[in-house]
Amino acid sequence: MRSRFQQGLDELKEKLLRMGGLAEQAIDRATEAYRTRDSKFCQMVLAGEPAINDAEREIDELSLDLLAMQQPMAVDLRFILAVLKINADLERVGDQAVNIAQRVLDLISEPEVELPVDIPRMADGVSTMVQRALESFLDGKAEVAEAVLQMDGIVDRMKDEAFVMLVQKMTDDPSCTRQALDVLLIARNLERIADHATNIAEDVIFWVRGADVRHGGAHYRE
Amino acid sequence: MGVGIEVHGLNAWYGKNLALNSIDMSVPANHVTAVIGPSGCGKSTFVRCLNRMHETIPEAYAEGSVKVGEMDVYGSGSDPVEVRRRIGMVFQKPNPFPTMSIYGNVAAGLKLNGFRNRKQMDELVERSLRLAALWDEVKDNLHKKSGASLSGGQQQRLCIARALAVEPEVLLMDEPASALDPISTSKIEELIFQLKQHYTVVIVTHNMQQAARVAELTGFFLMGSLIEYDKTEKIFTTPADKRTEDYVTGRFG
Repeated sequence: MRSRFQQGLDELKEKLLRMGGLAEQAIDRATEAYRTRDSKFCQMVLAGEPAINDAEREIDELSLDLLAMQQPMAVDLRFILAVLKINADLERVGDQAVNIAQRVLDLISEPEVELPVDIPRMADGVSTMVQRALESFLDGKAEVAEAVLQMDGIVDRMKDEAFVMLVQKMTDDPSCTRQALDVLLIARNLERIADHATNIAEDVIFWVRGADVRHGGAHYRE
Repeated sequence: MGVGIEVHGLNAWYGKNLALNSIDMSVPANHVTAVIGPSGCGKSTFVRCLNRMHETIPEAYAEGSVKVGEMDVYGSGSDPVEVRRRIGMVFQKPNPFPTMSIYGNVAAGLKLNGFRNRKQMDELVERSLRLAALWDEVKDNLHKKSGASLSGGQQQRLCIARALAVEPEVLLMDEPASALDPISTSKIEELIFQLKQHYTVVIVTHNMQQAARVAELTGFFLMGSLIEYDKTEKIFTTPADKRTEDYVTGRFG
C-alpha cells in the first residue's frame, strides 16, 4: 500500500469536507438572514467567503501535486477528478450564498412586504441536498448521491412557481417590485445551489461507480 | 504489415510449476498491446511463449494454441527458427553484439538467414535503422563504430533495428525501456507508437504510465492468469475487476 499517497488522498478528502462545511454554513446563514431580516447574518456570509476561496485554492493545489507526483490510476484518479469538480461547485455555492446575502441586505433596506413565496422552505430543501451530497462524498455512497439527483426536480419546480407568483405580484402591486425582484433572485440563487449539489452527487457517482450520469442516463466507458 | 495473434488455452510450465494457466487472448494486428502485472505473474512467460522462446529454458514447455496470422506457432510442422524470424523480440537490457559494427549488428540476422546480396542488405540495414529512429545518429559511423560504443538508448534502438531487419510481422518487447533514462525512454515510446503502422507490437512493462502512454489494449496478468483485457483507457480509469483496480492503484504488487 502506498501510505504517503493514501495520506494525501485522506487529506484531500478532509479539506474538501471542511470546505463543504463552510459552504453549508454560508447557505444556512444567508437563509437565517432572510428569515430574521438581520444584517448581522449577511455580514457573516460576506466575511466567510474568503475562507471558501482559500480552501478552493488549497484543494486545487493538493490535487495537482497528487496528480503530478503520484500519477494515480482508476478509482484514485476518478476520486481526484471528482474532488476538483466538487471543489469548483462548492466555491460557486459560496458565491451564491453571498449573492443571497446581498439581496437580503437590499430587502432589509426596503419596507417589509408580504410575498407569496416560502423561501425558507425552498432553502431547507436546497440545504438538505448539499448536506446529502457531501454525506455521499464522505461515505462514498452512490445511492445517497442518487437520492440527491431526485430532489433537484422538486427545487426546480419551487423556483418556477416562485417566478410565476412573484411576476403576478409585481403586476398586481408595482409598489413592491423591488422586494419581489430580490426574492425572485434569491429563489434563482437557491435553485443554482441545488444544481451545484446535483453536480456534486453526479461526481460522487462517477468516483464510486465510474459511471457518467450527467444529462440523464448512465454512461459507462466501453 | 502486422498480423493478429490468437491465443487459446495456453498453458506454460517450468518443470512441474504451472506458470500460465489457460490463457485466451486475441491481439489485433497493427496495434500496441501492453501486458502488465506484478513480478512473477507470467507476463514475460506469456510473450516468450508467443515466439517459442519459453522452451529454450531447460524443463520449460508450453501447450495450447498460438496463431500468428496464418502461422500455427505450436503446430506439428512449426519451425522455431522461422517462428522467431517472423516474431521479433527486444529485451530489457540492450544486448548488441559487442564486437560487431553498427552495420554488422543490424545485418546479423539477415546473414544468419543466408542473405548475401550486399546492395539489398545495405537497403535493409538503412530501412531498419530509419524505422528504429537511429539512422540520422549513426549513418556516418555505420562501419567504424561498434554497437557497444553507443549510448544505452541508442543500443536499444539498435537492437530494435536488428529485430526489424529480418522483416518480422510481430515485435515483442520485454521491458524495453526499463534500463533507460527518461529521454531515451520517451524516444523508445515514440518509436513503439510509430512501429505499429508496420508491425503488431506486444510490450511487457512494469511501468503502468508507460503502458497507458503507448498501448491501445492492456492485459492484466496475476498468478499466471489473464485477469482482465480491455482498452487501455478502460483498464486505467474504470477497470471491471477489483484485482486489476487494486494493482493499477498500487494497492498490491
